[in-house]
Amino acid sequence: MTEKIITKKEVEYVAELAKLEFNEEEKEEFTSQLNSILDYFKKLNELDTESVEPTAYVISMPNLLNEDKVEPSLPREEVLSNSKYVEKGYFKVPKIM
Amino acid sequence: MTLNQLTAHEAINLIKKKRITAYEIMQDIFSQIDKVDNLIKAFLVINREEALKQAKEIDKKVKNGEKLPPLAGVAVAIKDIIATRGTETTCGSKILKGFIPPYNATVINRLREAGAIIIGKTNMDEFAMGSSTENSAFGPTYNPWDLERVPGGSSGGSSAAVAADETFVALGTDTGGSIRQPASLCGMVGLKPTYGRVSRYGLVAYASSLDQIGPIAKDVTDCALVMKVISGHDNMDSTSVNLEVPDYLKSCQEGIKDLKVGVPKEYFIEGIDPEVKGALDKALKIFEKLGAKIEEVSLPHTEYSLPTYYLIATAEASSNLARYDGVQYGYRAEEYEDLSSMYQKTRSEGFGSEVKRRIMLGTYALSSGYYDAYYLKAQKVRTLIKEDFDKVFNKYDILITPTSPTPAFKLNEKVSDPLTMYLSDIYTIPINLAGIPAISLNCGYSKSNLPIGLQIIGKHFSEETILRAAFNFEQNNDVEKKKPSIKPAKHKEAKK
Repeated sequence: MTEKIITKKEVEYVAELAKLEFNEEEKEEFTSQLNSILDYFKKLNELDTESVEPTAYVISMPNLLNEDKVEPSLPREEVLSNSKYVEKGYFKVPKIM
Repeated sequence: MTLNQLTAHEAINLIKKKRITAYEIMQDIFSQIDKVDNLIKAFLVINREEALKQAKEIDKKVKNGEKLPPLAGVAVAIKDIIATRGTETTCGSKILKGFIPPYNATVINRLREAGAIIIGKTNMDEFAMGSSTENSAFGPTYNPWDLERVPGGSSGGSSAAVAADETFVALGTDTGGSIRQPASLCGMVGLKPTYGRVSRYGLVAYASSLDQIGPIAKDVTDCALVMKVISGHDNMDSTSVNLEVPDYLKSCQEGIKDLKVGVPKEYFIEGIDPEVKGALDKALKIFEKLGAKIEEVSLPHTEYSLPTYYLIATAEASSNLARYDGVQYGYRAEEYEDLSSMYQKTRSEGFGSEVKRRIMLGTYALSSGYYDAYYLKAQKVRTLIKEDFDKVFNKYDILITPTSPTPAFKLNEKVSDPLTMYLSDIYTIPINLAGIPAISLNCGYSKSNLPIGLQIIGKHFSEETILRAAFNFEQNNDVEKKKPSIKPAKHKEAKK
């Protein structure tokens, strides 16, 4: 690899954005792996895409919208049943304020 | 021969003729699972009781002379990334261990209505990120053809289960090759439908603009049967397309004299195994003999597919996987200080290393200052890749390529180097970027008896054509179809 594209400090910043945490060893490993992957991705710069439109979805079709009609949703108990941290019909999280 | 070795269409006919019962089939299916799954490890969950109950209901219908639905008595295994009401769905991840979906994916409802029996959930690379099924939090799956080798991935559990006769068919999902590559490495048939052909409702999202659900089967007929059932518009998925679903089975019966076949020269790169190249050349001769016209074509942007794919897929993944925060379902860290540290600890303890690597890559590509250079750039190159296909499909009906550059590789061979692992999807990735359909089917075996697959690619919504081409090849291939003989790995025997 010739130059560093992403530094360890940037890896720490991106981890913060992604709500992930790593120990020192993992940070070093990610920095080196992400650098070699990003270095390989530089290949895309060979292409002039100045006048190319980006593609987000490949199938061109009109929006399909459902009728604005009230329909039953999942029962509250079932939705809550996948968490151990439930109180009075709500999900429980640590104090925010 | 035991009943689990049948194909789905053979089983359906025998049930209709009252020669066998659905219950007998299920008994043979589960006895095979009991016999071999400790070696293969294809399944994460087995639905024995429920499956036997459903089999009895089908047998009752047969006895009463009722009309049978199209997949009556067909055992189906489901990749563990598709929501099954009341049955644990983990995506091969610790972060979803114990998650019991309160609803069914649309494909599950469609299969059940068609009389299919869901026998269990299959192993996979965590959140479908991988090409070997080694990234599962619950341990790897082993290739039935050689237990020292990977079954491919990410739908490795599904393809290994079909190859080992533990089920008739299975559902997989394909974001960059995750149905076709494992189907190829296990000698099975796997189809990635056109983007929008099959509803994604209840499919846990990895990269939403690329993901599709599709079948893995023992032959093309079974593949067509399952496609017919799972395809079609669904109000619950706004990207599912409102187009009539053709009778795929019927179109298989027609010949391929009219077909113009393109073979993209860029797919015969350095690194392609000579045995794979040899098997493909032989296969092309058969297509020629059947009357298809074969010509070399060019897809000039092929070499840009891999970086384009990994930028788009990881960017979408970083956004999709933000929902795993320990609040509503799945794993929550035991110890934390505040809300933010609960998120961080939950995600850091719950995700495996490949998932973290892709979230990091995607977050970076979307972050302020880098968006234009990476994500937007990749979306633009995606346009060029798609246009390559549009151009050749103006002149040609289908394209034929290898599915994977090599037969099944050994466990641990590629785990330490993510880039080499990514290269095993080099022939399948461009298809997802273009949103077109492709099928992989066996065309031969290597000298060491490993299956080799070929890929048939079609235009948007031309599943009929690629299934027809695949069926005609399957019926006329002069390589005799084999089944794996599942033998414990040598080093394991030595240890005993």
